[in-house]
Order: sequence, then structure tokens, then C-alpha cells
Amino acid sequence: MSEILVLVEQVEGEVKKVTLELLTLARSLGAPAAVWAGPGITAEAKARLAEYGAEKIYVAAGDDIVDHVVAPKAELLAQLVAAKSPAAVLVAATAEGKEVAGRLAVKTDSGVITDAVGLGDGFVADQSIFGGGINVHSRVRRGTPIIAVRPNSTAPEAAAGAGAEEEVSVTLSDAAKAARVVERVKQEKGARPELTEAAIVVSGGRGVGSAENFSVIEELADSLGAAVGASRAATDAGWYPHQFQVGQTGKTVSPQLYIAAGISGAIQHRAGMQTAKTIVAINKDPEAPIFELADYGVVGDLHQVVPQLTEEVKKRK
Amino acid sequence: MNIVVCVKQVPDTATERKLRSDDNTLDRDAADGVVNELDEYAVEEALKLKEAHGGEVTVLTMGPAKATETIRKALAMGADKAVHLSDDALHGSDALSTSYAMAQVLKKIGFDLVILGSESTDARTGVLAAMLAERLGTAQLTLANKVDVEGSSIKIQRITDYGFDRVEATLPAVVSVVEKINEPRYPSFKGIMAAKKKPVETLAIGDASIDAAQVGLGAAWSEVVDFAAAPPRAAGTIVKDEGDGGVSAADFLASKKFI
Repeated sequence: MSEILVLVEQVEGEVKKVTLELLTLARSLGAPAAVWAGPGITAEAKARLAEYGAEKIYVAAGDDIVDHVVAPKAELLAQLVAAKSPAAVLVAATAEGKEVAGRLAVKTDSGVITDAVGLGDGFVADQSIFGGGINVHSRVRRGTPIIAVRPNSTAPEAAAGAGAEEEVSVTLSDAAKAARVVERVKQEKGARPELTEAAIVVSGGRGVGSAENFSVIEELADSLGAAVGASRAATDAGWYPHQFQVGQTGKTVSPQLYIAAGISGAIQHRAGMQTAKTIVAINKDPEAPIFELADYGVVGDLHQVVPQLTEEVKKRK
Repeated sequence: MNIVVCVKQVPDTATERKLRSDDNTLDRDAADGVVNELDEYAVEEALKLKEAHGGEVTVLTMGPAKATETIRKALAMGADKAVHLSDDALHGSDALSTSYAMAQVLKKIGFDLVILGSESTDARTGVLAAMLAERLGTAQLTLANKVDVEGSSIKIQRITDYGFDRVEATLPAVVSVVEKINEPRYPSFKGIMAAKKKPVETLAIGDASIDAAQVGLGAAWSEVVDFAAAPPRAAGTIVKDEGDGGVSAADFLASKKFI
């Protein structure tokens, strides 16, 4: 079976869930080979990759891989594409993952597909475009298919692979080293999961009413182990930081459960959440378009409904 | 400083956006064309840098004749001149073709700094700035929420999952900016009038040494195989809160095994 390269996403040595999803997906189409780009691989990380099906683990451990923006990862992958002739390369459709995919596509003269929400035989990708209004099948016609897959597209399932480790040394070009990362600033994010990766997202919008009131959204999120999102109305008003904005000009999320509180559901917002599996809406306006998407909707004041829901969730756990 | 800001005309998100049934590309006639709103932040950032450091701001767009409207808007905001790459041969170009064609134009017109919005609101691939940096062999300073230039050195804050990275490079560079990096100005009446007199150079592919075999639908590295309107979501259960709305929502979550 031909190899499928999966670029590993990790935080401080811990493999992110999206990588396990990508390995699961790769297993259905070929033999997954994980690519670890940068220092800090641990025995636990290797075990995790093997547990989810990595037959091989390519490790390029140099600091210079992560000390420059994006380009070194693309050079590493391009070198592996040339050496191993994989059937495809999968990356997570994060902002950076897509940039890696873009540069790799240029380097290898290959087509790239971004934001796939599914992947089938012949590497035909499913995409949801124009705010979720149209479903598209797309495929790469030239070169090695390079596919950026959205987090939460597949449920990760363990199925052990050999996990054979192979060191890779890569000599970076001067061009790849042009942008130097001089400092990494980590902002306090607390215990909440990352917005784009989270299985559950609770978002607040105009109906929340103020920055202080976002605490009701956060409390519900914390009771469910969810990430917090916000509509553009809420971030424009300065009630919640912009990096949590869900929508066409913000983050795109595809969680198992999306709870929208005080969000009307304008197309701008829908573009960022319409591929969620289950949608719950709470809004006092019965005509709000968000109810057209909702699997369950409560017409009412979120300031009453959300705290009650939070209490119930805590009670039933 | 010679700044080139790339702008794209996109279908208005507020109107119904469609693909063409004949070739699976964007139906540009079905929706009103507007400036990609994320590009307005790029134009504003270019103008601010020019105001601080001097130089010139050139608008670059690739698109059909209709895209002139988008150029005029950027000129009305204060850009000095524009280059419009427009050729029927470009129709159906994917990200690889587009980045190739735009890189050819950038090589021809020259630049110290190229600025783009972080993505377009129609295709939303978010790859163009990275591809341009790759093709031009210049520093990639993308996803910036802060940009500072000092002489020939440039520093940005690149937003990340955990906060941000401080990134430095020497010009020339390709920069992409995220929403909210600045407050894009509205064109003034004077600006709108002045924009009508600003030079717009229209280029065909031959004018920028663009190989016809590498652009357009026929050359595309990827293709839309087929598409269909998303099936409507099954109608959900909508209840009115009678004092127990939170409890009923919890019942629903429990029925779906979320709690």
C-alpha cells in the first residue's frame, strides 16, 4: 500500500487530536506515515502516533525547522515527497497548515485542496463552500494530492501501526530561513480546548449584551468542556477577543456540538459553523435564521436559559 | 518604499453565491462584486506604512474587466496607481495558477513589500500569500496583526494558536494581515474624485511573460468534479422557553449523549 504523509500537529510534545483524525483518515486510503517537524518528540508521542496507525514516523528534529515561518516545513515535506513518492500528503486545515500546503504545492508542482471535510477513493475531497450552501467534490489533477483537512472531519480510531522511526535531515535553503521567529508569546488560555479543534463549541453573540455577560457563555462552555466562540457582532462590540470570532472572516469550526446563544445566524456567522454535526440555538427572536439550522432551539432569553442549562449539565454529570 | 497591495473582487456574501453549471467555476454574474473585505485591511496597512515612511502604493488585482470597480475603491482610499491583470486566458485559474500569474506581474513591476488580506471570502483557501512568498523567494510574514518597518528591516506579530510569534525579516517581503489589524478608512469624496484620474495599467498575460499553458481552467492543478446545493438540515425541534428552556435543552443534549 502506498504511503500517505501526515504532518503532525503538536503542542509541547503532545500530539493534537487533529493528527489522530488525519492518521485515521489516511489508514482508509493507504499506509500512514507521520512527519514530525521540529524538536521535542517524546516516547509518548511516538507511541501515540503508532497507536493511531502510523507505519512510519519521519523525524526532522532540528530547531531551524520551527525557527522560521512555514517554509522549512514545506521544504521538509517536499524532500520526503521526492524521496518516498507518497500517494498524498495530509495536513490539518489550520491557518498555518494551509500555508504549509500552499508552499508544498508550489515546490512539488502539485495541486492543493483546502478545508476538506471528507476524503474518499482517489483522494476526492468533500468541501462545503459559500457559507455551507453548496457541497463540492474536488480532486487534484496534477502532481501529488496535497489535502488540508478540517479538524473534526473524522472520528479518531486507534488501530496500531508499526511506528518505525526514521530520522530525516533537511538542509534548508536561504529563502526558507528569510523570516525569523525571534520570540513566541504564549497568551493565557486557561484549560479550555482550542476553538478550531474542540468537540463542543459554545458561542455568544449580540444577545449577550456586554463583555461581563460573556461569563454566562464561559460557564456553560466550562461545564461541557467546550471552547468559547463569539459572533462578529460580539467581537466588533469589543465584548470578546477577536481571535475567538467564528465566521467567514474569523475561525471556521466543525465541532460535534455547536451551541449558539444570542446569535441571529447571519450568513457571515453560518460560514464559520454550518458543518457542525449538531446545532443548538438559544435566541429570543423566533424569526432568527439560526433556528433554520438548529437541531434544537429554545426561543427565550439566553440570560435565563443558559444559566439554567449550565446548572442542569453540572447536575447530570 | 514601493508597496504593492493585492486586492480581489469577490461575490457579495449577502447575495446568493453560485457556481456555474457549465464549468464549475464561480458564477461572477450571479452576485454583486465587492472588494474582499479582508483586503481593505491590507490597503489600510499599506497606506499607513506609506504615510509613515514615504513611497508609493500600487494596487494589483487579477480578474475580469468588472474588477476595475474594486481597483477604484482602493484608489479612492488613497493608493497611488493600479495594475490590473486581465485576460480571458486566466478564467478558471486555481490558487497555483493565480499565484504564478501574480508572481510574474510582481517580478515585472518590482516591490519592496507585498501586502494581502489573510484570505478571500469566496474561495477562502488562505494560501496565496504563502505561495507568492515561495514563488518570489522572499520572506513570508503572514497572518500579521501588527507590522513595523524600520529602514530595510520589517517586524510583525504573527497570530498563532497560543498567542503570537514575533517575526523579523529583511525587505523585500510578502505580508498578509488579519481582520482588525487596523480600521480601514472610508474613501472621502475628494478621494473618490481623485481616483478617477489615477493611472490604471491593464496587462494581458503576454505583457507579464505569463505562460498560457500554466493558467486558466485547462491548466488547473485541482478541479471541482461536481457540486450540489447542500441538502437542507432536517427541521429541528424549536421550543418556547416557559421557564424550563434550559432543562429542556439539557434533555436534548442528554438524548444525544453530550452529557
